[in-house]
Amino acid sequence: MRLFPSEASSVAPEVDHLVLFLIGLSLIFIVLIFLPLVYFAFKYRRGTKADRTPPRLAQWKLEVTWSIIPLLLMMGVFAWGASLYFHIERPPADAFEINVVGKQWMWKVEHQEGVREINAIHVPVGRSVKLVMTSQDVIHSFFIPDFRIKQDVVPGKYTTEWFNAAKPGSYYLFCSQFCGTDHAKMIGRITVMEPPAYESWLASNSSGGTLAVAGAKLFTELGCSGCHGANSKVRAPKLEGIYGKPVPLEGSVFQIADDKYIRDCILQENHLHVAGFQPLMPTFKGHASEEELMELIAYIKSLGRTNPEEDVNLEGTK
Amino acid sequence: MNAIELEPSPALQEEEPGNYLSESHTVASWLLTTDHKRIGILYLYSILFFFIIASFAAATMRLELLNPQGSLVLSETYNKLFTIHGVLMVWFFLIPSIPAVLGNFTIPMMIGARDVAFPRLNLLSWYIFIGGGLFALYSIVSGGVDTGWTFYTPFSSTYSNTHVIAMAAGVFVAGFSTIITGLNFMVTIHKMRAPGLTWFRLPLFIWSLYSTSLIMVLATPVLAITLALLSLERFWGIGIFDPKLGGDPVLFQHLFWFYSHPAVYIMILPGMGVISEIIPCFARKRIFGYYFVAFSSVAIAVLGFLVWGHHMFVSSQSVYAGLIFSLLSFIVSVPSAIKVFNWTATLYKGSISFETPMLYAFGFIGLFTIGGLTGLFLASLGADVHLHDTYFVIAHFHYIMVGGMVMAFMGGLHYWWPKITGRMYPEFMGKIAALVTFIGFNLTFFPQFLLGYLGMPRRYHTYPPEFQIFHILSTAGASILGVGYLLPLIYFIYSLRYGKKAGPNPWRATGLEWQTSSPPPKDNFLRTPVVKRAPYDYSPFEEEHPQNV
Ligand code: HEC
Ligand SMILES: [Cu+2]
Ligand SMILES: [Cu+2]
Repeated sequence: MRLFPSEASSVAPEVDHLVLFLIGLSLIFIVLIFLPLVYFAFKYRRGTKADRTPPRLAQWKLEVTWSIIPLLLMMGVFAWGASLYFHIERPPADAFEINVVGKQWMWKVEHQEGVREINAIHVPVGRSVKLVMTSQDVIHSFFIPDFRIKQDVVPGKYTTEWFNAAKPGSYYLFCSQFCGTDHAKMIGRITVMEPPAYESWLASNSSGGTLAVAGAKLFTELGCSGCHGANSKVRAPKLEGIYGKPVPLEGSVFQIADDKYIRDCILQENHLHVAGFQPLMPTFKGHASEEELMELIAYIKSLGRTNPEEDVNLEGTK
Repeated sequence: MNAIELEPSPALQEEEPGNYLSESHTVASWLLTTDHKRIGILYLYSILFFFIIASFAAATMRLELLNPQGSLVLSETYNKLFTIHGVLMVWFFLIPSIPAVLGNFTIPMMIGARDVAFPRLNLLSWYIFIGGGLFALYSIVSGGVDTGWTFYTPFSSTYSNTHVIAMAAGVFVAGFSTIITGLNFMVTIHKMRAPGLTWFRLPLFIWSLYSTSLIMVLATPVLAITLALLSLERFWGIGIFDPKLGGDPVLFQHLFWFYSHPAVYIMILPGMGVISEIIPCFARKRIFGYYFVAFSSVAIAVLGFLVWGHHMFVSSQSVYAGLIFSLLSFIVSVPSAIKVFNWTATLYKGSISFETPMLYAFGFIGLFTIGGLTGLFLASLGADVHLHDTYFVIAHFHYIMVGGMVMAFMGGLHYWWPKITGRMYPEFMGKIAALVTFIGFNLTFFPQFLLGYLGMPRRYHTYPPEFQIFHILSTAGASILGVGYLLPLIYFIYSLRYGKKAGPNPWRATGLEWQTSSPPPKDNFLRTPVVKRAPYDYSPFEEEHPQNV
């Protein structure tokens, strides 16, 4: 019978340390409260000959002591928990991305290399992985107990979650936010592999182009290139190099062109428009699935690469 | 040696004047009563009814979870069961439990009044409560709801195919009953106190119910608005929460927890109040740190409004918001700790006896302390990421809600039973039941802490087989807990007829409610009492010359 889940990620031992500290602190409080409670209950039980002369306690001093000491302890625990939280919530810069789309009741996973999986993720050991997640229906939550991480997967936006797997093996992946009838079946497996095994797994499973290639294809199919392409007649902004940079919008505001921004440009009718352009872009709401949106984003991202070794622009506009 | 002196000599109790029960026996005299005592009893029957349904739902879930594949019910049914359990227990049992039953019965008597400030409004509040209950029952009977008591969007507003609006309407309507009761209590406490009963001569139960009423009045409207918005989206497709309609699903969570975290304190503050009555009485000691216990209730009520985001650390709210909510959640734990320390200090140099109410009070302190300490794990950001939405959370809040509030409710019910009915319950059976409840409770919920840390998510109808052993322990505990609740049901009914006569003040307690006959006359006091001393005027020596009230 296990009492602790295995520590299979880089943050797992850190969370366990905090929790063990909290268990220790709780035990101290339990002793401090229960010992006098039991002792008084025994010593002063009715009928015993105990000294019951009204105590002269310095009430204010006692009250202040047992308010201030817990308060200070709480602040310490707060600070520890908070710094760990920032560590858990913020992916390191060198993490590589995997896309996750939740739906009732399965997890759809897309690797940048184009490999697709359902209710399973394969990752290499010892490398930071950042999951970019969204849901196509209700809220789900992506929970890997052995990694001590969890993040809600919310429709209409992208949330991220990162880990660095510490031990090869196979671990549970649960949906932890109630999402309807088969919530309990929204379980998957995460397989952590040694890097060579992972490379060969990738090679033997990739069926075609990368996500960016798929995105490039969509870019033409949906007609984006008709406006955003080099030879277009419509005055539309060039998308090369915008990813991750601030974009000047109408009313002299700037917004970073991240995943959510591009997503909103494609889907929302009334988003803020790029400064100096007519609001000509139609909404593609209902024409692109969550996976396709992620592919388009992957493509626009790839346009920004300074070293265009994976220049996949089908139109040869570069 | 009384804390409180009645103007005439208290010989009047001997001739047993007519009491509020014997006054009339017709059904109409109950359904049209404006007597706060009778309304309290109407509430007692009503919440018992909902408690039984919600307990059956829980029992079925516990049986179902014996087996990892879940062979007893379908997943649709399972989801409806935990929704029924949650909705009924929260809004139709816990929230009205101590306030509407014990509070209604005792507040006017404890402050020396004839009734609450608005007796007819009080009756209306019960009718509204029943109205809300009928909506909820309709929604259950017509097929149930599968959203959980939290009604998270967009699942509840767009995707669920069940009777969400009927259930939301039930909660919406019942909320007005809560608001009216809270308002009534506040006005009563402000305006109806007996001469000489200053604010700092009030029993701490009154302070805690005053703080509770404050939350009821200020928070419940937000719940009503939230449920109304949810229904608007569900019924007319007006986009508020569903991103497909242009809404924001996380907004719902903010609104919901802005009500529901304070509601957690509606479900524990009254319990703390009961414990503050029981401990001094059975320890024959003045409460230690009266002002601190009183003001900690108010502090909890106020700070409780500022911590809702601790339910949303992984919801995609800003990490900086998380930081503030975590900080405030740690701070709000301090006033609760202060109460526990003061209760313990009250026992020092007391003369302690262990009748049933006191056993429940000890049980309360033990379980509430564990519930509170595990709350620190959840308030801690780094740990909550792992623990959120697992069985750890389930165990934590059951330690507070059941280990705390229900233990206190049972303690209070035993404590005031002689006053309510004029009869004593069988003491020995009472002690056995308190013990059985304590053991059963721990066996049910302690394994769930371990289960949660191992990663078992809540609201799972099936689960990986390695979790089974903990579920078996938990179900075994639940069976014992069931016995612990069944016993009082039996001996309370038994005591109505065969219990020994209680007399006005079997516990030799100092509260005003004990200065009148049991059961009390319709107007509580034959003459308005005048208060001349602070509450809890107990002495550990008085056993040598017992009070002759
Ligand atoms: C009818 C022409 C047209 C089509 C088709 C079109 N766009 Fe646009 N797009 C525009 C215009 C004009 C703007 C600038 C005004 C604005 O922001 O609305 C723009 C802005 C953008 C921006 C913001 C650029 C920046 O510099 O911040 C992105 C990203 C974008 N489009 C992506 C796409 C994608 C992906 C598609 C295909 C699914 C697409 N567009 C199809 C006309 C078009
Ligand atoms: Cu789910
Ligand atoms: Cu809360």
